[in-house]
Formats: sequence, C-alpha cells, structure tokens
Amino acid sequence: MPVIEAKQLSKVFGKNPKQALKMLDKGSSKEQILKETGNTVGVNRASFSVEAGEIFVIMGLSGSGKSTLVRLVNRLIEPTEGSLYIDGEDLAGMDKKSLRRVRREKLSMVFQKFGLFPFRTILENAEYGLEIQDVPKEERQKKAKEALEMVGLGGYLHQKPSQLSGGMQQRVGLARALANDPEVLLMDEAFSALDPLIRKEMQDELLDLQTTMKKTILFITHDLDEALRLGDRIALMKDGSIVQIGTPEEILVNPANDYVEKFVEDVDRSKVLTAQNIMKRPETVNMEKHGPRVALERMREEGLSSMFVTDSKRNLKGYITADDASEARKKEVGNLQDILKNDIPKVDKETPLNEIFDIIYDSPIPVAVVEEDKLVGIIVRGAVIAALAGEGEVNIGNA
Amino acid sequence: MLNNMLDFIPKIPVAEGTKWFTEKITDYFSFLFEPIKEHFGNFMDFVSESLTAVPPVIIILLVAVLAFFISGKRLGLTVFSIVGLWFIYNQGLWEHLMSTFTLVLISSLLSIIIGVPIGILMSKSKTAEAIITPILDFMQTMPAFVYLIPAVAFFGIGMVPGIFASLIFATPPTVRFTNLGIRQVSSELVEASEAFGSTGSQKLFKVELPMAKATIMAGINQTVMLALSMVVIASMIGAPGLGREVLSALQRSNVGNGFVAGVGIVILAIIIDRVTQNLNKQK
Ligand SMILES: Nc1ncnc2c1ncn2[C@@H]1O[C@H](COP(=O)(O)OP(=O)(O)OP(=O)(O)O)[C@@H](O)[C@H]1O
Ligand SMILES: [Mg+2]
Repeated sequence: MPVIEAKQLSKVFGKNPKQALKMLDKGSSKEQILKETGNTVGVNRASFSVEAGEIFVIMGLSGSGKSTLVRLVNRLIEPTEGSLYIDGEDLAGMDKKSLRRVRREKLSMVFQKFGLFPFRTILENAEYGLEIQDVPKEERQKKAKEALEMVGLGGYLHQKPSQLSGGMQQRVGLARALANDPEVLLMDEAFSALDPLIRKEMQDELLDLQTTMKKTILFITHDLDEALRLGDRIALMKDGSIVQIGTPEEILVNPANDYVEKFVEDVDRSKVLTAQNIMKRPETVNMEKHGPRVALERMREEGLSSMFVTDSKRNLKGYITADDASEARKKEVGNLQDILKNDIPKVDKETPLNEIFDIIYDSPIPVAVVEEDKLVGIIVRGAVIAALAGEGEVNIGNA
Repeated sequence: MLNNMLDFIPKIPVAEGTKWFTEKITDYFSFLFEPIKEHFGNFMDFVSESLTAVPPVIIILLVAVLAFFISGKRLGLTVFSIVGLWFIYNQGLWEHLMSTFTLVLISSLLSIIIGVPIGILMSKSKTAEAIITPILDFMQTMPAFVYLIPAVAFFGIGMVPGIFASLIFATPPTVRFTNLGIRQVSSELVEASEAFGSTGSQKLFKVELPMAKATIMAGINQTVMLALSMVVIASMIGAPGLGREVLSALQRSNVGNGFVAGVGIVILAIIIDRVTQNLNKQK
C-alpha cells in the first residue's frame, strides 16, 4: 500500500471553484479560467502515489502549483475535489481531531524559509512537535536533542535561530521535523533559500540520513538538478497538472512532451547520465579458448583495431591490438597471454558522464565498464559525445 | 425654493433619540450600574488610599529601581524619575498624583483585559473584523468629552465614570494592535504550527501571541497614554487627581498652579511611556 496516494486531487482558489472545475473538464486552460471567472487553478486533478521509503520529487516552474499540492497532502489547504490517502486513510473526509492526529504522528513539514520560531531556542524549536502532544519535558528534550545531533547541531541547543546561518537554520527545521519520528517528510523548496554550496551539502546530508531513516519524502523543488540528485521518482507539474511521472532517467531520456523537454534541455546531462546509460555490449575474445588467429578474425569482422580479453567467467584480463595479434600470428604464438596489454581505462556502471569524458579523451581504446572485475560493457568516444549533445541512443534502467 | 428641497422632511430627532436611549439604559440597568458604582468606587478609593499611605520615598525608590532595570540599566530614565517624582512631591501634588495614577492603572488594566481578547477575535474572524473596525473608528474619533455625558448618567460623578469614559476612549489601540499583530505573523510560522498538529489555542498561545507581542505592547503603550489623557479630561466630571488641579486653576485663571499641575502630568506621562515602551523591547 502506498504511503501517500492522491486521486484526482484539485484545488481552485476563488469564489466559484466548481465552475472552474467544469471549465477544466471542457478543456479550458488555467489562463482562460482566470480571465473569464477570476478563479485561479492551483492544482488540477493530480494523481500519484508514493511508496514507503521513496523520495518523490515534485518539480515545476514558479506558480505551477507545487506548494499548493504539498499543502493538500497535509490539508493545510482544503481540496476542492479529489481524495488523498495517507496509509489508506482519507484525509479529505477527516474531522479536525483525526486530522491533527495524522499530522502529529505521520506528517512533518520542512519549510522554504525555515519557519523557525524566533523567540524559541534551537532546542525548543526542535521540541515543538512533541510539546504540543504534551510529551513530558524530559522525554521531548531527549528526542529533540537526538534529532539535533543527527543533523550535526548538538552544540547549539540554547542559541536562538537568528544566531545561526541559513544552512544551520534549515538543519534545525529538519531536526524539528525528525524529532516527531514521522513517516512522511514534506519538504517545500527546503533547500531553495540556501546558497549553492550549502545546498549541495544539505542534499548530500539528506541522502545520507535517508539511507538510515528510510522516510517517505515528498520533496518540492523548481530545480531540475536537485530533482535528479534526490529523486527516486519525479513528477513534473505545469499549470497545476502533473505532466509526467518517472524516474530521473525516464524524465531525461523520454520527456513526455515539449514542456518537459524544455525543462530537461538545459540540465547538465554529463552529471546525470552514467556509464550504464551509454555503454554497449562488449565484443571480446576468451583467452582460455582463443588464440591470436581467432582474435584477428573477430576484429576484422567487427571492424575494430583492438579488443578486450576475458576469461571464461568474463573477468576482464586486458586487451589486444590488431597489430600485436597479426605479429603474433606470424610468429606462430599460440596464446594471447604474451601480447596482452593491461593499461585499460576502467569505470563502473555508476560513473557519471563528465568523468568518463575526461578518461576517454586521451585513451586510444574504448573504456571498459566493469562490475566486480567482470566486463559488463564498453564505451566508445562517439557515444559519450553523442550523449553530451543530447542525441544518440541511451539505455534506460539496468541495460 | 431650491433650499426647500433639503427640507423635505423635518429634523430627524437623533439627539432626542440618543437622550431617550441613554435614559432607558440608565433606568433598566441601574440595578447593574449602582453596585458597580458603589463597589468599584470603593475599590478604587481603597487602591488610591493605599498608595497614598505608602511613604513617598519608598514609591520614588521603587519607581527608580524599576526604571533602572527596565531601561537596560541606563541612568537617564532613573534620574528623571527620581527628580520628577520628587518635584511633584515638593509641589504638594503627591496625593493628586496617586489618584491620577490609580485611575490610569485601573483603566489601562481593564482596557487590556477587554481589548486583547476582542483583538484576538477580530484577527480570527473576518466578520468580526468587519463589524468591529467601524465601531473602533467611531469610538476613537468622537470627541472624548462626549463620553463624559453618558458616564455621568450611568455612574454619577467621581472615579468610576472617569474609568468608564477612559475605557471607551483608550481601548481601541489595544484591540487594533492585537488584531494587527496576529494577522502579521508570517504565514509560514502559522503553517508550521498547524502542520505539526497544533490545536487552535496552542497555535494562539505558543506562536501567534508571542510573535505579536511587540505589536500588542505598542498598542498597550498607546492605550495607557490615552487613558492618562482621558483621566485628565475626566476631572470635569469630578475624577480626582492632577487633572482636577489643572481644571480648578483654569476656573480661577491661576496660570502658576495650572502650569505646575500640568508639568506633573507631563512627568507622569513620560515615566509611564518610557516604562511601557521598554517593557516592549525587553527580550
Ligand atoms: N492562497 C491563494 N489564493 C489564491 N491563489 C493562490 C493561493 N495560493 C496559490 N495561489 C495560486 O495558485 C497557483 C499555484 O501556486 P503555488 O504557490 O502552488 O505555486 P508553486 O509551484 O509553489 O510556485 P513557487 O515555485 O513560486 O513557489 C499560482 O497561480 C498562485 O497564484
Ligand atoms: Mg512554492
């Protein structure tokens, strides 16, 4: 069962939301509706589900409805239509008391401008969620301290938020959210107010924490790089609608429409694509079975000037060149051992394109993609350049 | 002929109506007004007499200490308080000062007790805001003297009608600033408190009121100053204190006495103003 499930969730701001929904049904655009009725479409029939432990990123330009959507998830905003389930419970139909219970026990939120209480100390801020549940002081202080230590702020308990840098303040925001030990973290542009270096640091930290915490995270951003770094899956929003949901690679490689493509266009593909996206099936010779003669024959077949050599278990042993092979054949050398060369450029499947580019740039032979010494693929220079240019064939998933 | 167009109906008897209305209220609610007049009047007298019974030196010292700590241990206000209060004592106005102070203190406290909850109500409900705002405008722009008339009708003369008039005149800033202060709390903080599952009153007491504190205190400061000015005006209906000295000097055209009593009021005003302002700045 998904932890968060939204079904046809809609929010229209204004005096006559139902009329606006009808117009949406008839295919009117957000702009038309605003002009004709004065209503603003915040979110238009959004459906998605987020599984436990997943980081689900919602991305879109300013005004596309991201903040509205995330506020529908904890019902800070009342939906106009549709339903939202948290662990199977319909939030939209809940009375106030049950809603408070769900917010207290399951959902925590981290805010763009941190949303810290300036008159409270760091510790008191982190305690807030527990305090309003009337958790005894000692216990809530203990939990708040643990959460603050987790984000590296154990030494600032009695400072006020204004005494901390932006990055540190957002750590407090994160700690406050974690102190409740919620199932779900809702993060609305949580890192957008931070400068790029701190931002990257926070992203890493979130990913680090996530390996142990395994929270379900709904992360809002307008930044594609951030979405790609953090997201297990990404939903792209435009004018209140979700236009595509997919893994980072699916979004990059198969943009669902022009809007997504435009979004994707200026992303630095070299940071996103990895070796496994551009590698080819390797042509090899098996040194346990084949000698120079076979090797030469195969190279001629494939039109190659060199070839990787493996053993029967596909462990990479080295490579041979066509020149050496024909020399060996003339000298009647029986095996490949003597002409084997070992200076192979190797990468693993997760190596990003920009690193591969540096390696392949001054290598005469293709780059080998290895996994525990086994050869799983090769990358030729042309494939790297094509991928960087946003063209060419790219493999999705674990090809 | 043209002029007659405006006379299409005779004069509307608003004044008569108001008079009639006030008389009716006085009649019907005398069971309420009488005991208030008596008990509350007694209470006020008691406070005023108790204050007068304390040796002036002690009060001056207490105020000085309060001023010292509240102004962040700076000497200006402290010295001013000592010299100013001593001057009032020296001029033989101490008893009047205590009466005026009692009136200001009690009417301000009542204004706060009534004003803050109304301000909270306004901040929570657009309807309440729409209804109360024009009433506040009316209360504040009506010349203060006008309130003295029903005050006398309800409560006779003395301290109690003075308090009544002062309440009407001085409460609006506290209401307005409380409303403003709460509405100004950044939406992210309100969302934060709601997102963690706060109840309405948790949100109010743990987030909104602490955040609005500085603004509310600014309103209270205004309320206290207005109360002081009203208390002086209320001397016209027999409220005791420095105001009465000014009034009697006026009636006898005695510039000297009027000036001295006036300076006494200014000194009290400055001390009260600085103290309430500094309360605001304290962390
Ligand atoms: N309270 C509101 N009343 C009226 N319209 C609103 C309200 N909140 C949001 N909107 C409108 O709903 C649309 C979506 O806004 P939302 O804040 O969700 O966008 P966003 O994607 O979060 O943008 P940003 O990146 O700027 O934060 C916008 O057109 C906005 O003007
Ligand atoms: Mg937003």
